[in-house]
Amino acid sequence: MTDVASLWSYLSTTPLIWLTTTILAYLVADGVARQLGNPPWANPVLLSVLLIAPVLWLTQTDYTAYFEGAQFIHFLLGPATVALALPLWDNRGTIRTSVAPIVLALLTGSIVAAGSAIMLARAFGLPMEVLLSLAPKSTTAPVALGISEAIGGIPALTAVLVIMTGIIGAVTVTPLMNLLRITDWRARGFAVGVAAHGIGTARAFQVNPVAGAYAGIAMALNALLTSVIVPLLVRWLV
Amino acid sequence: MLHTFGLLLGCQLLGEVTARGFGLPMPGPVLGLALLVLILGAMPTLAERLRPTTTVILANLSFLFVPAGVGVIGNLEVLSADGIVLLAILTLSTVLSMLAAVGTFIGVRHATERWAP
Repeated sequence: MTDVASLWSYLSTTPLIWLTTTILAYLVADGVARQLGNPPWANPVLLSVLLIAPVLWLTQTDYTAYFEGAQFIHFLLGPATVALALPLWDNRGTIRTSVAPIVLALLTGSIVAAGSAIMLARAFGLPMEVLLSLAPKSTTAPVALGISEAIGGIPALTAVLVIMTGIIGAVTVTPLMNLLRITDWRARGFAVGVAAHGIGTARAFQVNPVAGAYAGIAMALNALLTSVIVPLLVRWLV
Repeated sequence: MLHTFGLLLGCQLLGEVTARGFGLPMPGPVLGLALLVLILGAMPTLAERLRPTTTVILANLSFLFVPAGVGVIGNLEVLSADGIVLLAILTLSTVLSMLAAVGTFIGVRHATERWAP
């Protein structure tokens, strides 16, 4: 048997170890969340990150090395987004009769998401490039990064803010909607999809398939709308 | 399963090519989603063949965000001194956005149901 150091130096050059670690961390996180009955605070993304971060820190692994393995999982976000076509197709009947609520809720949700972020950043006196990085936070990461770059934000900061927004939306949506006694799964799902993109959509699927379908629609439509609305809001509000 | 993956990736690829080719401001996968809806409209029987795989993918959507989530921890220093303020702004803004969307959705639904019963 080779010594631990050479075994480690071999493993750390293959995607295997971080791919396996990510899957195991998620299985543990998701298992714990399910055991507890999927409470909003036990978000599987957040729990998995909290499990993996100390391992990376203890093994002195930088993110680039981790991502060598984890990129195979990250890549699947593309086909998973395309797969949202199926719940959309399944719910085509109710979608056809809710075109007006969908379009108008998309407009208000999207405008408030970006507008409130801009105004709050101004109220707190944040630097301009931070404000601009914050504005597209509610849309899906590839779109948000493109907008951030185009309006003069810092894409790396936007990437962090987008993921944080997703987790915040996924954690807050259930208590918020229960507090308001909203029982319409379409409205609940749509709201979290507009405000918290794919991570919010993942939470919606965890709770209810109709909510998931409407979150997926909201996320897809907001990807389109945010790229139009954020540059306009920045011009008006900044 | 392989058929489904082939179709999903094919739609994404066409979406990617279209988005980049025409300089559209939306990601390839979102266009791919729209394309797959159109394909399902033309071939409704396809839905049942795709369902086993897409159900598994969508049930584990959170899993796919873990690498990006780990990236946040590795990149927290970009938040610099504004971390707490940013957390407060994100929370407030996300809640406000959900309130606006859910209020509009339910309000408009009631209004349209009243006009067109």
